[in-house]
Amino acid sequence: MAFFTASILLILIGLYAVLVKRNIMKIVIGLSLMDTGVNLLIVSLGFIRGRTAPIINVKDLLFNTSSKVVDPLPQALVLTAIVIGVAVTAVALSIVMLMYSKKGTLEIDEYKELKW
Amino acid sequence: MILEYFMIFLLVLMLILAVYVVETKDLLAAVIASGFISLVASIVYLYLQAPDVAMTEAAIGAGLTTLIFIIAIRKTERYEK
Amino acid sequence: MRKLIAIAFLLILGFFMLKIVSVFPFGEERWGVSRHYVDKGIEENRASNLVTSIVVNYRGFDTLGEVTVLFLAATALAFLLATCKCRKKYERIEASLTLKTASDILYPLLILFGAYIFIHGHLTPGGGFQGGTVIASAVMLMLLSHFTFHPNHRALSTIEGLAGIIFVLIGFAGFIWGGSFLANNILPLGHWNRLFSAGVIPLIYIAIGFKVGAELSGLITDMYKVTKEEE
Repeated sequence: MAFFTASILLILIGLYAVLVKRNIMKIVIGLSLMDTGVNLLIVSLGFIRGRTAPIINVKDLLFNTSSKVVDPLPQALVLTAIVIGVAVTAVALSIVMLMYSKKGTLEIDEYKELKW
Repeated sequence: MILEYFMIFLLVLMLILAVYVVETKDLLAAVIASGFISLVASIVYLYLQAPDVAMTEAAIGAGLTTLIFIIAIRKTERYEK
Repeated sequence: MRKLIAIAFLLILGFFMLKIVSVFPFGEERWGVSRHYVDKGIEENRASNLVTSIVVNYRGFDTLGEVTVLFLAATALAFLLATCKCRKKYERIEASLTLKTASDILYPLLILFGAYIFIHGHLTPGGGFQGGTVIASAVMLMLLSHFTFHPNHRALSTIEGLAGIIFVLIGFAGFIWGGSFLANNILPLGHWNRLFSAGVIPLIYIAIGFKVGAELSGLITDMYKVTKEEE
């Protein structure tokens, strides 16, 4: 239960940075915090107490496997999500660099062209 | 039992670091602290019996993400107004 | 005022998220479809690492889409940074002798370690994604310590394209001879817990390792080069 609460709090802290902070770089950092929180939540949903990792490298684990290992499916989902996360962060940061080269500031209030 | 208390300590450490990341004015310090959050998260993944995810998080979250953030900060500015 | 509204909104959101999650008790058994993957995984795929068996075979189509997203992100980043007029004055600081020598020694070892991780992806923890990341971090180390180091961009994109084509071709080979896309019965499965086993899984994971390594190295080089031009 502590794992669920902590990862939900991590998501909320990241979302707070996205909602309240005026600095674009801070918003991107908040998005990457939310990423960590979601990944932690999904992995802790698949955990089963007293089991071992889903790697069958001893003979003992070959039989009746589903009563001896944790659920591997959430781990497989999170594995790909982390790699996607770094690529998406890189694209976001390149957009930030482009915006800075146009106006010379990171404050989001200065970018008024999209307001109407 | 000691392991569980240690995990709770790590989770609390992650939350404190996250609050620091959001509140500090120095963006470089914020990026280093968020890399540290990823490193702590990879230890937590080891407790949750997910060695694959722990390896990925340690290599990507603490290595590559921190580097690309630092490159972007070097291109822009370091302190938040 | 805006802060208070945001905090109230976040509290409501957090309450409902906690409510939803607390339906599932922590650390107890709840098997869905993955019970089949766990119980029949060794029999059907012979890969000791069940996560690899899911990522590459049972959900291989998902992984193909994910690799495509990675490719699109790298392309978008190169396109965006090509139009960037990011110029700022910096003085060059030469890296110290210790850093240079150590990274010269570590560079081939790190690439070897990455290759070890993705070749043994079906036996031990790790696989294509982790191995590719380790290779990218070797490139990152060289970029940080040597000004003159410049990875060959054309070679990187060739490796990337070839690895992607190999992944799709293995999938189509399964379609033609095995009955379904990415079917794992076109090669002999071999014995459990051996290096040459698990059919096409190691081949696909090696292709993914090359693709992720080349893609992330190119991405870092693109981002770093923009900062490097302004001297």
